[in-house]
Amino acid sequence: MKHLISILLENEAGALSRIVGLFSARAYNIDSLTVATTEDPTLSRMTIVTSGSLDTIEQITKNLNRLIEVVKVMDLTEGEHIERELMLVKVRAVGKDREEMKRLADIFRGRIIDVTEKTYTVELTGAGSKLDSFLAAVDKSLILETVRTGASGIGRGERMLKV
Amino acid sequence: MTVSHASKSAPITGAEILVKCLAEEGVEHIFGYPGGAILYIYDEIFKQEKFEHILVRHEQAAVHAADAYSRSHASKIGVALVTSGPGATNAVTGLATAYMDSIPMVVISGQVPTHAIGLDAFQECDTVGITRPCVKHNFLVKRVEDIAETMKKAFYIARSGRPGPVLVDIPKDITIAKAVFDYSMSTEMRSYKPVERGHSGQIKKAAQMLMQAKRPIIYTGGGIILGNAAPLLNELVDTLGYPCTNTLMGLGGYRASSSHFLGMLGMHGTYEANMAMQEADVVIAIGARFCDRVIGNPAHFGSVPRKIIHIDVDPSSISKRVKVDIPIVGDVKSVLTDLIAQIKEQGLNVQETALADWWKKIDAWRGRKCLAYPMNDTVIKPQFVVQKLWEVTKGDIFVTSDVGQHQMFAAQYYNFDKPRRWINSGGLGTMGVGLPYAMGVQRANDGADVAVITGEGSIQMCIQELSCCKQYGFTPKIINLNNRYLGMVRQWQEIEYGSRYSESYMDALPDFVKLAEAYGHIGIQVTNPHDVEPALKDAFGKYKDRLVFLDFITDRETNVWPMVKAGKGLSEMILGSEDL
Repeated sequence: MKHLISILLENEAGALSRIVGLFSARAYNIDSLTVATTEDPTLSRMTIVTSGSLDTIEQITKNLNRLIEVVKVMDLTEGEHIERELMLVKVRAVGKDREEMKRLADIFRGRIIDVTEKTYTVELTGAGSKLDSFLAAVDKSLILETVRTGASGIGRGERMLKV
Repeated sequence: MTVSHASKSAPITGAEILVKCLAEEGVEHIFGYPGGAILYIYDEIFKQEKFEHILVRHEQAAVHAADAYSRSHASKIGVALVTSGPGATNAVTGLATAYMDSIPMVVISGQVPTHAIGLDAFQECDTVGITRPCVKHNFLVKRVEDIAETMKKAFYIARSGRPGPVLVDIPKDITIAKAVFDYSMSTEMRSYKPVERGHSGQIKKAAQMLMQAKRPIIYTGGGIILGNAAPLLNELVDTLGYPCTNTLMGLGGYRASSSHFLGMLGMHGTYEANMAMQEADVVIAIGARFCDRVIGNPAHFGSVPRKIIHIDVDPSSISKRVKVDIPIVGDVKSVLTDLIAQIKEQGLNVQETALADWWKKIDAWRGRKCLAYPMNDTVIKPQFVVQKLWEVTKGDIFVTSDVGQHQMFAAQYYNFDKPRRWINSGGLGTMGVGLPYAMGVQRANDGADVAVITGEGSIQMCIQELSCCKQYGFTPKIINLNNRYLGMVRQWQEIEYGSRYSESYMDALPDFVKLAEAYGHIGIQVTNPHDVEPALKDAFGKYKDRLVFLDFITDRETNVWPMVKAGKGLSEMILGSEDL
């Protein structure tokens, strides 16, 4: 099953590679990983999307907590949470497809952020599954390029990951 | 600024700071090998008298010696010093060995100057990158101002929680740059807070479960040794009157001379220990991790219903290979203190009748005498040498071993009554540790008697340290169980690979007697069983103050029994060749 794991870690050189190293050394999956500093520049916040049995996920969170630079770990999937991902898609937009692309972008609440005679670049945000649906809705031969950030997650309401 | 203030806080070099940090930590000995990137540090070592530096002959041995220095002493911590590039890569085996067995240790490595990092400089390697998966933590110090705090954190992290090795990589220019020395900072870290006390509710539940047990077993590992909790374990076992088994790393945690001791469990554990572990209705695991060499096939182990209480300082060790009913995270010493108090408070009320039946069953298993071996009048049996060593030394010396059959014979036949006496590489299984381990043991314990139980394969992996032993007066007695085979490999090939002895035979062995003599030591070859005891007596008697290399020419194809084959269950033991 898919899990979103949020990690608060010291913003230090090498901390990222320790986390990535842990996943590869223990053969855990990483579907996506995003990281950036928080409002406190000494801390970074990471969201890892992973999958595995409950036992595996338990070991992942325990082993993450073992890393010296990891301050806090939370499996967002255990409770109410919000997941968002940004995707940029460059599509072929000529002839009848040009209008169709515009309509599809509107339906998915996407924005066209770059336009040429032959292409559109569409910006979309949402849960990973929404972005998947958009890609499924577009004729494969029209997709020229996609780039996705990977999911960022946050708990709903009072559910927080803070020092 | 007043003159006195200025002199008190005058900036000093990074190398001076480092040496002061080691002195502040109470370091008395360090093991190392110099090289270009750490010469400023070596220059400061030359000028100080707080600690002794022991010059090994290969960096791997420095790290092994520092590792055993920690293993063999309840409060001292091993320190090793190596240069950049090859110095650091040679240290990796030692780091991984210590990491697998959770041994506290601080390794300092030199690095090329900061401005040269990443430019493929001479003797440059990404030491922090290479060592990351085999240390508890590591640091690359980028500013001279950070050396003191980093060293303080390194020692704190290495010793606290689940211990482990910590590496500090220091670029050369940092060791000559200057800063004011201050070691008064706190080691408080928001991201690292090891758990001390166990959860009192869980401990209460554990005490209740123990009282209800009909077929209990107390199963303990290296955590008891590292947590200095052996006296508490002895108290717990003796209070309850339950059977106790130790893992390879846990030997000495409970005294082997007690009738409650079932011996070691696991792949080469005793029949009674493995059967009792399999058939117990309540298992209390303390500082042990149910590893593959201990419980064999986890599915087979899990096929029998039982309750498990697991005490460990590291939450990730709990429910990793087997599901646990009562997890207790905490320092073993603290948890055992609370558990014993809780048992006393609830009132000792064990299931007397059921327990008597359980012991009857265990005694029947003991009746199989799984460690008996055929005596021989002309050929030396390796088990016999270890038994005689135990007798001659009254079971009261330090024993280091390498890795292989001799290691298992040592674990099976040298009955340890005290913790920290049995020094071996359990997790990583590193051949070659035996001799450098003995060096570390002797420096940490004022030259105490130590035997290195080894084989002709393992001993050659760090044989160069015979030279270091000569220089510093180390006097281990090397018990070389020489069967002219890589014995454990050969045993597996006999059992699992149709007796095809692929590359497990060593031709052209050195004359170990002459080799020992060439290094300035005493060498004795023993070929007759009748000469085993006199030779051992000489080694620990008239040659007490010398390194003695005892080359025992042993039976070639003796196997280690009992054996649980890889992937098999604990109760599917082979007791001897007849079971094959």
